[in-house]
Parts: sequence; C-alpha cells; structure tokens
Amino acid sequence: MALAPRTTRRTAPQDAGTPVAGSPATDAEVSLEPGVQRRTLLGFVLGGATLIAAAPMGAGLVEPAAADGIPSVPQPPEIYDLNDFLSHAGLATSLLIKIVINEDGTASFELPRAEVGQGITTSTAMIIAEELDLPLDRVKVTLAPARPELLLNQLTGGSNTTISTYTPIRVAATVARGALLEAASVLLGDTVDQLVTKAGGIIEAPDGRQVEYGELAVAAAARQDREVQVELGERRTERRVVGTPQNRVDALEAVTGRKQYATDLQVPNAWPTMVCRAPTLNGKPLAVRNLAAVRRLPGVTHVEMFDFGVAVRARTFGQCIDAVRAIEADWEDGPVAGEDDASILEGLRRAQLPLPALPSLPLLRTVNQDFTFYFRSNSAMDTNSAIADVRSDGAEIWSGLKSPVVAQEQIAAMLGLPVSSVRVNVVQSGGSFGRRLFFDGAREAAQISQRMGVPVKLMWHRADDARAGRAHPMCTSRIRAAHTLGNVVAFQQSHTSIETDFRHGLGEALTAFAADLPAGLGNLAFSETVFTLTQEMPYNFGAVLQTLTEADQRFNTGSMRNIFSPDVRAASELMVDRLASEMGRDPYEFRRAFSKNARVTAVLDKVARAGQWGREMEPGTAQGISIHKEYKGATACLVEVDCRPETVNRVVRDAVTGPRVTKVVFAVDAGLIINPTGLEAQMQGGINDGIALALTSSLHLQGGHFVEASWDNYFYTRQWNTPPEVEVHLMPSDSPQPGGAGEAGVAATFAAVACAVARATGEMPTHFPINHLEPLAFEPKPFVPPIPPSPTNGLRLTY
Amino acid sequence: MPTQTFQLNGERVSVDVEDDVRLLWVLRDLLGVTGPKYGCGINVCKACTSHINGRAFNPCAVPVGELSADDEVTTIEGLPATAGADLHPMQEAWLNRDVAQCGYCQPGQIMAAVALVRKVQREGRAISDADLDGIRNICRCGTYTRIREAIREGEAAM
Repeated sequence: MALAPRTTRRTAPQDAGTPVAGSPATDAEVSLEPGVQRRTLLGFVLGGATLIAAAPMGAGLVEPAAADGIPSVPQPPEIYDLNDFLSHAGLATSLLIKIVINEDGTASFELPRAEVGQGITTSTAMIIAEELDLPLDRVKVTLAPARPELLLNQLTGGSNTTISTYTPIRVAATVARGALLEAASVLLGDTVDQLVTKAGGIIEAPDGRQVEYGELAVAAAARQDREVQVELGERRTERRVVGTPQNRVDALEAVTGRKQYATDLQVPNAWPTMVCRAPTLNGKPLAVRNLAAVRRLPGVTHVEMFDFGVAVRARTFGQCIDAVRAIEADWEDGPVAGEDDASILEGLRRAQLPLPALPSLPLLRTVNQDFTFYFRSNSAMDTNSAIADVRSDGAEIWSGLKSPVVAQEQIAAMLGLPVSSVRVNVVQSGGSFGRRLFFDGAREAAQISQRMGVPVKLMWHRADDARAGRAHPMCTSRIRAAHTLGNVVAFQQSHTSIETDFRHGLGEALTAFAADLPAGLGNLAFSETVFTLTQEMPYNFGAVLQTLTEADQRFNTGSMRNIFSPDVRAASELMVDRLASEMGRDPYEFRRAFSKNARVTAVLDKVARAGQWGREMEPGTAQGISIHKEYKGATACLVEVDCRPETVNRVVRDAVTGPRVTKVVFAVDAGLIINPTGLEAQMQGGINDGIALALTSSLHLQGGHFVEASWDNYFYTRQWNTPPEVEVHLMPSDSPQPGGAGEAGVAATFAAVACAVARATGEMPTHFPINHLEPLAFEPKPFVPPIPPSPTNGLRLTY
Repeated sequence: MPTQTFQLNGERVSVDVEDDVRLLWVLRDLLGVTGPKYGCGINVCKACTSHINGRAFNPCAVPVGELSADDEVTTIEGLPATAGADLHPMQEAWLNRDVAQCGYCQPGQIMAAVALVRKVQREGRAISDADLDGIRNICRCGTYTRIREAIREGEAAM
C-alpha cells in the first residue's frame, strides 16, 4: 500500500493567534474577505408598516461539490460534514428570515434558533449591526416561536447556527440597508450612490445633510413584496463590529437576576407541578394507593396518574416536593430493571463487530486497545421544564426548545389539536448540552395540563433530571493500528454504543434528505450517518476505517455536547501516543509529521509553543497534547496534569478530587470569528466539559436505575477540579465563513487530559471517566420516594 | 394559614403560607422574586444563594417559619442597593469579564462571591486560590475561569 502525499486546500496562517482577552482586533479580524467572489444573492423587501427586509434561509449555500486537491481517500467529513448537511437541509425551502427596521431607529430580528448559553443572540446581533452600521444595542434579537413552515430549518444543533445563518442574515441586512438608502435618496434628493451610511444608523448626503434610520422606517416600507438583488462582500475594508470583542447582549439581565427562564415566567394560573417517578428507569405507575390523602396535602390542587409518573400541582414547588414524597404507588418495572453497568457492557461487547483484516506487509507491527466510556448525563442547571396551557380549542407552550417545530407537531398530535392551534414559544434556557434537542418537559406539561384542565408550570426535580433525564450512551471503542518502516499503514476504530436517540428533528432531516447525501450515506441509520459525517481522523494513517455499531434502545439517550467526538477522539489520541511511543517519536512531533491538514498543524504548533511542550515536569505530573478537526475548524489542546498522591488524595467534602489539571493551553481556528469574547468563552466551557469526561463525571447504573441524584453525586467539573490556568488562543483565519463554536472545545481537551494522565502515571487509562470503577464517592439517595427531602438546616450553614 | 413576615431587599414583606415551605418557594412562587434559581433544592448546587443579615445562605434549605420579622433577606435583585449603586462592584466585575453564558447559576455565583470577599475581608486577608477552589456553586456551562477572574476583580473594588 502506498501512502499518497496529501495536498490540502489551504495554507497555514502566517502565525498563530494571540490570547484574546483584552487584546485589540487582530489583522485577520479587520481584513477583507480574501478569495470571496462577489456573489449576487436574492433578497426581498416585504410589505409592512415599516421596512421589512428578508432573505431565504438557504441564501449563499451551494450544492456540495468535490473541489480540486482533495486527498485521494478522504473521509466523508473532509468533503461533506454534518454542518453541510444541517445547512443543506434548509435548501429545499424558500423560507424567509426577516429584519424589521422600527421607527425608533432599532432593527429587530426573530432568530429561528434556541439560545441556551452559547451566545448566538449576541453574535447574530453583531452580524446585523455590522451590515446596517448600527450600534449593537440598537439591534434586538429575540427567539422565534415554532414556525412550522421552517420545517427542518429551526433546529439548533451541531454548532451550526452561525454557519447556517451568517449569509442569510447578511443578505437581509444588506437588503434593509439598500431600501433605507433608496428612501433617503428620495428625501434628500441625491442619488443612492452619493449617500453613505454612517455608524449610528445615519445616512449622509455629500453636503452633510443627514437622516436617521428611524425617520426612514416608514418611508422605506413596501406596499407589496418585491425581490431585490444584492451583492455581499467588499463594501469596506474594515469591519466595525464583527470580529471585535463584545460582551453578551443579555449579560446585564443575567447578573441582575432579570433574565427569565421557563420557570421564571408568570403565566396566569400556571401553578407549580412536579412528577413522582418510578423506582426503576422508565417504570410506569399502576396505582396510587393514597390518592385522596395526597390530594388533601397543604397547597395541593391536583394529582393525576400518567404513564411517565404521577403528576402533582400545588401552590408552591415546595409543596409539590412534599406531595411527590408522600405518594405511595405501585409500579411496573422499567425495561432495564435488574441491570447494571456490567450487564449492559456485556451486551455491548456481544454487539461488537469483528475488525476487518489488516493488509499483509512485512515487518508489520500492530497495536490494539479496547476503551469503555460509561453513561454520562447531559442535565443542565435549568432542569427539564415547561409551562403549558392546554384548552379544548388550542394550546400554548413555553419552554427552552432546540427543535420547536417537531415539538409543536408531536404535541399537537398528542393533544388531538391542529398544529396551527398549538403555539410553541421558545424561551431562553439555562444550558442545553444536547438535552434541549428533546422536549420531554414540554410533552409532559402538555399532557398534564390537558388532563388537569388547568395551566401548569412543570419542573423536573434535580434527582429526576439526573436519573431519568437523557444520558450520553455507554459505548466502547476498539482500535487497531498497524505500522511498519516508520509509517502508520492502517488505523481501524470500531465504536459500539447504546443507541443515541436522534428522533428530535435531526432524524427527520436525515430521512427527508437521505437521498441527497453523497456516497450512499443515506442508507445508514441516523446515528451511523451522524457518525460518518462528523468523524475525521486528522492524520495520514493509510487505510483509515471508523465505524459505529449500535445496540439496546431501552435508555433515555441523546447526544451530549460534541456527540460522538469526545469519546472517539480520546480513544484515538491515546493510540496516537502509543504509536508514537512504539515508533520512538515525540507525541507532538509525531502528530505534526502525520497531520493531514495545515489548519490542524497550525493550531497544534500554537499550543506546543505557547504551552512549552516538552518542558521538564515533576515526577507524577505530565503534559498531554491532542488535536481535533470538526465544525469547519480545527482545535488543539495542551494540558498539564498533576497525578501526585498529595494532589489526587486531596479531601473536599462530598466531592471527587483526583488528578488536577493545572494548566490548559487551547487553540482554535474557527474560521471567520464573529465575537472573540464569545468564542473564547465557549472554548473555556468546553475545556471544563472535556476534563469532566476524562476524570470525574458519569452515571452508574445499579439495580435498573442510575444512582446519581444530585450535583454532589454526578461530578461535573467544580472549582476544586477546574484548571487554575487556562489560555485560549484564537487563530487568525483567512476563511470568509464562520465555523462552529459551542461544542468545539470538548474533544481535544478530553483527549489531551487522557494522554496527560497516561504519561503522568505510566499507565494508559482504558475506561472513562477514570474514576468510574472506584467505590462510589457518595451514599446513593433512595429510589422510594424518588426525590430527596428539602433540608431545614440552611440557617446553620451561613458564611 | 400563618402570616410570615421578614425584610426582603430593604422592604418589609408579609405572606400567608405554611411555616414549613422553604423560603426559595416563598420568594419564587409567591412573591415573584425569581433571581434565586432552583438547581437542586437540597443545598448542593447553590444556584439560589442569597444573603441573610449579610451572610450567604441557601433559601432552599430554610423553612420560612424560621425567619423573624427583623431578618434581612437580600436576593440578587437587592444586591446593588447594598452598595448604594445601580450595580454592585461584583456585578460590574461580572460584566467586565463577560462571565455569564446561559446565566442560570450566575445570580447565585455573584451572591456567593460577595459573601466570600466579605468573609476574607473580616478575616483581614485577600482571596486565595484555596478560597476559589472551595466555592461549591456549580456552573454547568463551565464558566469557572472567568468566575475566578471576576471575583478577584470584584474584590479589588469592594
């Protein structure tokens, strides 16, 4: 087998990026968009009281086509990845997004996506402010309610929001700007090409006369819809907003407690409601033995039984908690009753497929390793929650929803109402991490409201959110790699997983567009398609084969921040270190030598230099380094980890300590950077997720249920685990298009931490998190009642 | 049903509710004060952290009947007034560092940070890395790096 030299489509940036915090815009941020052809795009001015400019969601997208210089045996994501898919899923529809210019001189925009902390309301406002020459605070971005006509175009996932909306939003804003200039030309008596827009929403004539956008909002309005051709691109050489560090548009609301999440909304009569759930996962109630007594408890108004549990509505959530705890019910066991981690893992191993034969070559040496990744919870701070007001002739729902159109369709069908009678409001939510791709809370709230005949504010208890909420599935990753004569000639990775549920809209999109996927990908199951569209081995390792096999559909699963990549990449990067070691090469130098892609090499070089790769470390401490390529970008991470006994055995009450990551140096090339402050924040968050996956956070299945019922059971990274030193480098990029950010920080960090632990301890970890098989660090809370009592000792714990 | 009376953000409030209802629900469900968030209800996540008589506490773990009429409860909504400003210096620091992502835990984080700074100031010292490591408030977005930066910045202005 010959190893063909690979050419890449892009050259490396001149130099690496600089840490972003507080630094001025870099050259790349203020440059033109090199290589961008001037493109004529279609927009609209729509009839309305004030100016409404619109663009089709698919604006600017082109059908996928193989470009010159693609490597001879590329993996699918190199040509067409999940982001392309998510963007192209919107091509078939000519759905419009609209920017409205208001008489007060502001622009408003309803974003058909969910803001869950990732910062898209801010970045979207920045894109509009840039094109319209408006100050950021005069652009109002809100979240659109479910718009059924948007079909698959209202799905927030895959870190694809900015990738898919960047051009359409620019088109709409450019249309708006053009219409304002036209209206100004009538008013000022000058031709459009003599007028200029000035920062602050002002249009100026050559003689200095000015008119403000607000004064033109009505004049620029159209009586009927009309098409407009616009050109995007080199309007000026300097970006004023895009690429500059901007704070979140909702930051003030967040720090003053004014930002509202679903359970903060005051909907008349939507009283607190909670659910008593089964002692085994997905068990069902058969009967409530003390129904009358529970209904008489203080504050309780309603108690009703559903297949998912027994719902209680009361004056306060505190009284709901007491009532849930008082319920005495008979339960039918759930589908995994009696099972535990070991039995589920055994089932997974039975489902594993044999690895294909290796090429027959002289002096071939192989390395093999199996890795296990246990269940992890994607529970956010803001638990599954929703307000539902279901009447006989219609319903209204409020919830944090990343797939509101599917939620609306399914809830309408469940309630027996036409879709048009169910309004689904998308509320900002307190985190997602994959959780809000589903609408478990909204579905239950709608059922409860319908049965009780009153509005309800449903909130899952933390214990339920961790135990019965969705989890990232347990999986195994088997790797076999072969090398000879200084080259890696084959790299096989066979990933076997409990099924990941994609039936939230992405699944529907895959069904609808399966035929359009290249290379026969449409024949694969949902998960296999997502796996194939996201997994890319960023090395020239000869015959690379990565496959996914799924088994077991009995769990409540979903993807968790970065879907398959953290596990796949941690396993493969550990094997990269082993290959380097076998071949007598340094981990950084080895990665560099085999890197397939210049952008990847550039971020790798950046962290190696900035993080002083190879510096002398104390025994028991070590560096680890890794790379990852996804979301139209590239990432690299260098960590230092301390595995010395005095660190590992630190005592913090009700906590897991263990190895401490003491330093992280991270580099990301995310293409065109919209908001460096937000991009850095997403990397910092992803770093803590990667550390949790490697070291501390997992769910334990025991006796048919997950035992973790609290943040002091499920050990997401805490202050005593977080690295005291974190450095994020944002690479300058010549890309005219933004990449994805929300999930991009996780995979490389997980992999780097795993590699560092292996190097510090001399032993490669083969299951994750590394503490999973140690005795539980907590006393599991009872399953009956399913939620813990509210404490009473708060006044003795003040500080 | 008993009437519960206490001081909330500088004003005397009275509300009719059973003694054993935890203060968090009295604030959120009955008084509409939603800055303190629910994240666990068992005094673990600390998302509801507020102040009682100037000290940090978690209203999810306090039966409202335990409060007396003179007890001063301060939630994030009342924090700026304690500094006699539109925003408390710790909130300013939070804005400066653009700490919040989803924002859900941040009112609790800020209230905890203010109490921590006051505590070390009472002890006549400055915030240490160990103090920061000891903060139990969880942030599932992983904003810990900026939280640590903001606390040190806020401390300097307090």
